[in-house]
Amino acid sequence: MTEKVLTKNISNVNDTTPIDRYEANEGYLGLRKALNSMSPDDCLLEVKNSNLRGRGGAGFPTGMKWSFVPKHGDCLPGHKYLICNADEMEPGTFKDRLLMEQDPHQLIEGMVLSAYTIGANIAYIFIRGEYRLAIQRLSEAIEECYNSGYLGGNILGSSFSLEMYVHPSAGRYICGEETALINALEGKRANPRAKPPFPQVSGLWGRPTIVNNVETLCNIPHIIHKGAEWFKTLGVGEDSGTKLFGVSGRVKNPGCWELPMGTPIRQILEDHADGMQTGLNLKGLLPGGGSTDFLTEVHLDLAMDYNVIGAAGSRMGTGTMIILDDQSCPVGMVLNLIRFFAQESCGFCTPCRDGLPWTRQVLEDLENGKGSEADLETLAYQIKYIGTPGNTHCALAPGAMEPLQSAMKYFFEDFKNHITLGRCPYEMNGVY
Amino acid sequence: MIHNIIQSDTSSTLTSEEIHLINIELSHVPQKSGAAIDALKIVQDKRGWVSDECLIAIAKYLEMSSEELEGIATFYNLIFRRPVGEKVILFCDSVSCWLCGCEKQKHKISEILKIDYGETTKNKQFTFLPVPCLGACDKAPVMMVGDELFTNLDSSKIEQIFTDYEQEAG
Amino acid sequence: MPTIIVDGKSYEVGSGKNLLEACLDAGLDLPYFCWHPSMGSIGSCRQCALVQYRDNDDQHGRIIMGCMTPATDGARVSLKVEKAKEFREAVVESLMLNHPHDCPVCSEGGECHLQDMTVMVGHRDRRYKGKKNTHRNQYLGPLINHEMNRCITCYRCERFYRDYAGGKDLSAQASRDRIYFGRHQDGILESEFSGNLVEVCPTGVFTDKPFLADYSRKWDLQSSPSICSGCGVGCNISPGERYGRLKRIHNRYNHEINGYFICDRGRFGAGYVNGDKRTNYVGIKEPNGAFKAIKKNEISRHIIQWLGNGNIVGIGSPRASVESNYLLQKLVGPSKFSLGVSQTEHNILKRQVSILQTTRASNPSVREIEMADAILVLGEDLTNTAARIALAIRQATKNKAIAMATKMGIEEWHDSAVRNLAQKELSPLFITTTAATKLDDVAMKTITLSPDEIANFGLELARQLADGNSQDPQIIEIATYLTTAERPLIVSGPSLLNANIVESAAAVADALAMSNQNTQLSFTFPESNSTGSILLGEPQNLMLSDIIENIDEIDVLVVLENDLSRRLSAFEMTQLNASQTKIISIDVLENKTLEISDMVLPAASFAETQGTLVNNEGRAQRFYSVFSPLHDRLPSWQWVIDIAAVIENEELSAIASFDEVIDLCAQNNNFQALSSVAPDKNFRDHGLKIPRQTHRNSGRTAITANTSVHEPQQSPDEETPLTYSMEGLNRDQPSALTPFVWSPGWNSNQSLQKFQAETDGPLKGGPSGIKLIKSSGCGVSLDYDRTPSVSLKNNYWRLVPIYSLHGSEELSLHTKEISELAGLPFIMLSGRDADNMKVSDGDGVIVSGDDLRISISVRVSARMAKGCAGYSAGYNEIGHLTADTYVQINRDDEWQPLKPVVIATDRIASFKSEDNQYV
Ligand SMILES: Cc1cc2nc3c(=O)[nH]c(=O)nc-3n(C[C@H](O)[C@H](O)[C@H](O)COP(=O)(O)O)c2cc1C
Ligand code: SF4
Ligand code: FES
Repeated sequence: MTEKVLTKNISNVNDTTPIDRYEANEGYLGLRKALNSMSPDDCLLEVKNSNLRGRGGAGFPTGMKWSFVPKHGDCLPGHKYLICNADEMEPGTFKDRLLMEQDPHQLIEGMVLSAYTIGANIAYIFIRGEYRLAIQRLSEAIEECYNSGYLGGNILGSSFSLEMYVHPSAGRYICGEETALINALEGKRANPRAKPPFPQVSGLWGRPTIVNNVETLCNIPHIIHKGAEWFKTLGVGEDSGTKLFGVSGRVKNPGCWELPMGTPIRQILEDHADGMQTGLNLKGLLPGGGSTDFLTEVHLDLAMDYNVIGAAGSRMGTGTMIILDDQSCPVGMVLNLIRFFAQESCGFCTPCRDGLPWTRQVLEDLENGKGSEADLETLAYQIKYIGTPGNTHCALAPGAMEPLQSAMKYFFEDFKNHITLGRCPYEMNGVY
Repeated sequence: MIHNIIQSDTSSTLTSEEIHLINIELSHVPQKSGAAIDALKIVQDKRGWVSDECLIAIAKYLEMSSEELEGIATFYNLIFRRPVGEKVILFCDSVSCWLCGCEKQKHKISEILKIDYGETTKNKQFTFLPVPCLGACDKAPVMMVGDELFTNLDSSKIEQIFTDYEQEAG
Repeated sequence: MPTIIVDGKSYEVGSGKNLLEACLDAGLDLPYFCWHPSMGSIGSCRQCALVQYRDNDDQHGRIIMGCMTPATDGARVSLKVEKAKEFREAVVESLMLNHPHDCPVCSEGGECHLQDMTVMVGHRDRRYKGKKNTHRNQYLGPLINHEMNRCITCYRCERFYRDYAGGKDLSAQASRDRIYFGRHQDGILESEFSGNLVEVCPTGVFTDKPFLADYSRKWDLQSSPSICSGCGVGCNISPGERYGRLKRIHNRYNHEINGYFICDRGRFGAGYVNGDKRTNYVGIKEPNGAFKAIKKNEISRHIIQWLGNGNIVGIGSPRASVESNYLLQKLVGPSKFSLGVSQTEHNILKRQVSILQTTRASNPSVREIEMADAILVLGEDLTNTAARIALAIRQATKNKAIAMATKMGIEEWHDSAVRNLAQKELSPLFITTTAATKLDDVAMKTITLSPDEIANFGLELARQLADGNSQDPQIIEIATYLTTAERPLIVSGPSLLNANIVESAAAVADALAMSNQNTQLSFTFPESNSTGSILLGEPQNLMLSDIIENIDEIDVLVVLENDLSRRLSAFEMTQLNASQTKIISIDVLENKTLEISDMVLPAASFAETQGTLVNNEGRAQRFYSVFSPLHDRLPSWQWVIDIAAVIENEELSAIASFDEVIDLCAQNNNFQALSSVAPDKNFRDHGLKIPRQTHRNSGRTAITANTSVHEPQQSPDEETPLTYSMEGLNRDQPSALTPFVWSPGWNSNQSLQKFQAETDGPLKGGPSGIKLIKSSGCGVSLDYDRTPSVSLKNNYWRLVPIYSLHGSEELSLHTKEISELAGLPFIMLSGRDADNMKVSDGDGVIVSGDDLRISISVRVSARMAKGCAGYSAGYNEIGHLTADTYVQINRDDEWQPLKPVVIATDRIASFKSEDNQYV
């Protein structure tokens, strides 16, 4: 049995962890330790040493990100900010919700520690508006923290102070992109910002800002409390720590489990999700949400590690897999995803704003049996045009193209069949 | 939270409660326009949607032009610029739900309520909207009705849900 | 200077540029949409893609956006590599998915940046099979037409309108491929700079509405290098003509003055040139009071008869050219000549010139104004009196943001990053006026005072700067900001008709300049040649009041382009009318002076003649005709010469060309440089004159096809280096002679970059215009009038002039659209006064004074000096409202408020109904 870290307080599906139970289970010890005996630089070093990588999708090393925050003398006067990215809207992703609903204090402790490390005095939790329960539980937990001295002025008698706010989003996938999120927090249209300058230097209100995913931040208390070395031992592959892995689609037991980093895909699929539903076979899977590339059966023994999955041509993403079975149409699935991305494009840059609806139109024709060979060429053209990182202003559009490009690689026959048959060869999941 | 909607609230001035709530938001933003989204949500919570009159009133209160605020209001999915029913159905149509057959359930809802996406029932009880992934993919298909999340939808469950609502409404 | 390598070739580029700018400066054709030389980059359109290579070994490179990447030394890029070309073509292909194929009926056609870029990237075949998105259009007022379907979402409109010009009522709305640029609801665009949308939009979303109604393709327009006559700033414009009608006005780039933008008065205010108020024929007043048209050669008989050996007096005009004014003064002699403005105005303007000739501060161009980092405005509502300067000051307030960005290593062109970093931080701007101004939103402090108080305030500030003894915290604070600034700027002018304000401005500037030689002092001048006319004035000149007093001794009075009713009281006008003096009026439009004249000589408008105007900075600039005068119209200087011939003035009647007029003017000390303002008529570019028509002009054959199919002869132009034809070169000629911009592949106004030495830089044709005012730098000796001001009277209001971009200027007010926007004449009240009188915007009040009682509409100002009320200066029908009179104001219970401007109801709809797919 693997050690439970992030979910050690999580058992019952609808329960939350109140402050006393959280404290009883080593809660806020990390914070006490840091405020008593560690300087922000000590904390930063610990997080750096832990090799913690961001759980929001890109896997950027957290300690390194934090180290880009300018030191006091190098920045303009004003605050520094910490933002928790709780805008979970990536299709097929359902891990942050769990952490927030069932163990809000773990996140808050992680945020206080992170804020202490980077020198932020104001922190926001930017959360999906639809996560009503999480909003409620977080707000209550924050209230508890103010009352118990974990938040507010002079936390636990130290000289460190932090204000924390929950900001429910008004809804838009692009708000999950960290710079779009910052614009949304500023009350503006959530168009992403150009980088550089990175938010670490000029973020919220033009001041140094760190944006981290919920799961990333939830790791911090444990790293501080038990140390980087311990954290590194948790992973079974090359990455450290544990990770929430999820499986959705037509498997027997869809769900979300905390497992060591580097757990092989097959183990997750077969031991935890109990394999495919009866009568279905695995055709492919998106390893980490709707904007990652398909993997297939041949990849099942790969370890869920950032570089391993990357080398296989996909991305770890959020670590929540979407399973495509052999009786669902890959073209239809990709169309569903492209439709989502086209709908959620912020409309700022041309390839995404106008390119994605164009891709959607081609896929709709294909799925409806009105496609032609030329359409396949058009799709290939669009993949290059929209999907190459750097061609667009932010990463939404290239992400959108990942499932399509890999579907065309692995399931090309399916695309062809739609053309030769003049209809979708699958019993369709939906009507398009 | 959308509750007890005043159906077509067009009163142009903000209530003192709304102003109070907006002021709380204003207390932690460095400039008034920073509270734009919060203010829109506060007003929508009370009235169900944001009418032109409300939009103008909020803009004025935040010292913005109605154009600026309109640009913000129309950007976000959960700010409604047209009247909605008492409860908004946010029906997840993203990939995991799709794989698990959400399209069928969508038709079921349409059949029961006699409305398509973007429409409101005649009795103004429900507005039916698609929503991106609700983050409950392990329990697909899912939807929210008002504040409540419903999971593992199938035809009979959907029938049950709306029968219950009907009874509740009397 | 960094060197970059583009497709293997090295280019030296300016420092601090991005790669797009660098490529354009190198003369390369790199397509773009969202970037604007004056507004910087945001990287939204993705059109300016290049492939950048890490180093010599990098064979693949990666696509980058030229506009978002600094042109660092040694940067290696390719424009031609297939990957980059394919990407740029794909961008246009996606922009065209929803763009209507309506080029044949689109008024942008032929000068459309989207057309140019489409051809440039080679996109032709359409692969998209879906439906095009459609939008509803909005009614945006009489100036701008809205056709949203043509939008390619480059965000330039919003960025210009909101970020650059400070307009609040246009925004990007909705999202994804449904983005909509417009107002919240149908209605008139509020910005005084809305017309620039026409040129900023790379396609046909925002177009010139009056032009649409009287349309011609750009390639069929005949254009000229011209100068705006709307105010004293002297923006450069390019009027376009066809079929004898002035069709439209475009901005003409002048690096020092207007850059890329002009105000709406300048762009839309010249419709009067085609109007039915124009004077067309020589008219002579019949005994019954009506004018009879007579032949040109008949004027001599009448003049000889009227004059005999008698006394001839001339009245010049600040809106007539240097040449016309000069000749008239020469004709009648300085002691029988008046510059044609009121004594108060004359004294202030004369003082402004003399201050500029002695101040220790420098007298900035508009571009230099933009560089100021702390600004004090004394007594001017700049948006309405010198709009282009107001726009420059708005930019200057952003210098703080740029400084902050530079500190953090963010390039100035990285527009959104600069904005995000600085948020609402602005350079200090202090505005001291009697009423609210459109720059208040970017002011650190607005100070509301009566005219006398403004002057005192300035004086105290000057004292504080000199000796630091002030007790007033506000004065101390402003003084601190000004003294700690690197480039402080003081702006003032004659608007409030208070000479002390101008003195105090000079005192502040001089005090600052003692310790900071970068101090700038700028004055506004009300009319297009106010400065020029002051410069040619002589000590012996008459005042208008002298003329009225001695009217009976004058046999013939020649009035040059001047409606005296705007300067004289009604009583004085009656005296003038009752006198035996024969009045000869040379003017462009019918007006009240014309009504009381005995002879009318129809003058060519600015669009039909050439001449020199001197702007507020003292810069002399030449304007040229865009078509030869119709009917019996002649340039007013020509009329003066004709009169000279009649009265046998040999010196003047011997003049055979405009260049000779200029030579003559150069006899005046102030105008020695006049002939260098622009090349003389013998100038040839590669042996050819400069064409006013494009090479693609369709010819003018069709004009008279109903009567004759013979092509009418082009009018010859003997007077200037320009020709009314398409023959000749239009490239890199002296800037003063550039009528329009066009370059192969660049049909839109974006072709300007081919004429510039570098983007946003000076023109290759060199600077244009010559500064006639130089300062000795010895300092201003103050001439402050310490007569105590009249104290406030209970229940009386002191009238102060309020200017309006649309409405206060004489000629433009005769343009239909401008008069619509001007609305009714008004009285402006403070909110509190309005409340006390129980009136609000649009209600009526009765204004009464000594021999005055009128009923007039109300406007409420966000701030208004205590005891003051404003009146709409320059409007017709304001009766006897004049500055500094005391009046009583009461609610008019009988007033019928006018209905708001009627908007075509079928157009009232905002995008909402269609745009948000679901709610
Ligand atoms: C279109 C788009 C959507 C995103 N959505 C989310 C999201 O919902 N939650 C999240 O944590 N990160 C999201 N990200 C990633 C964030 O931009 C950012 O990288 C992340 O919050 C950093 O946190 P981490 O370093 O802890 O992973 C998104 C990125 C893109 C381009
Ligand atoms: S890729 Fe461009 S249009 Fe798409 S979401 Fe990002 S910035 Fe917006
Ligand atoms: S001009 Fe460079 S992205 Fe638009």
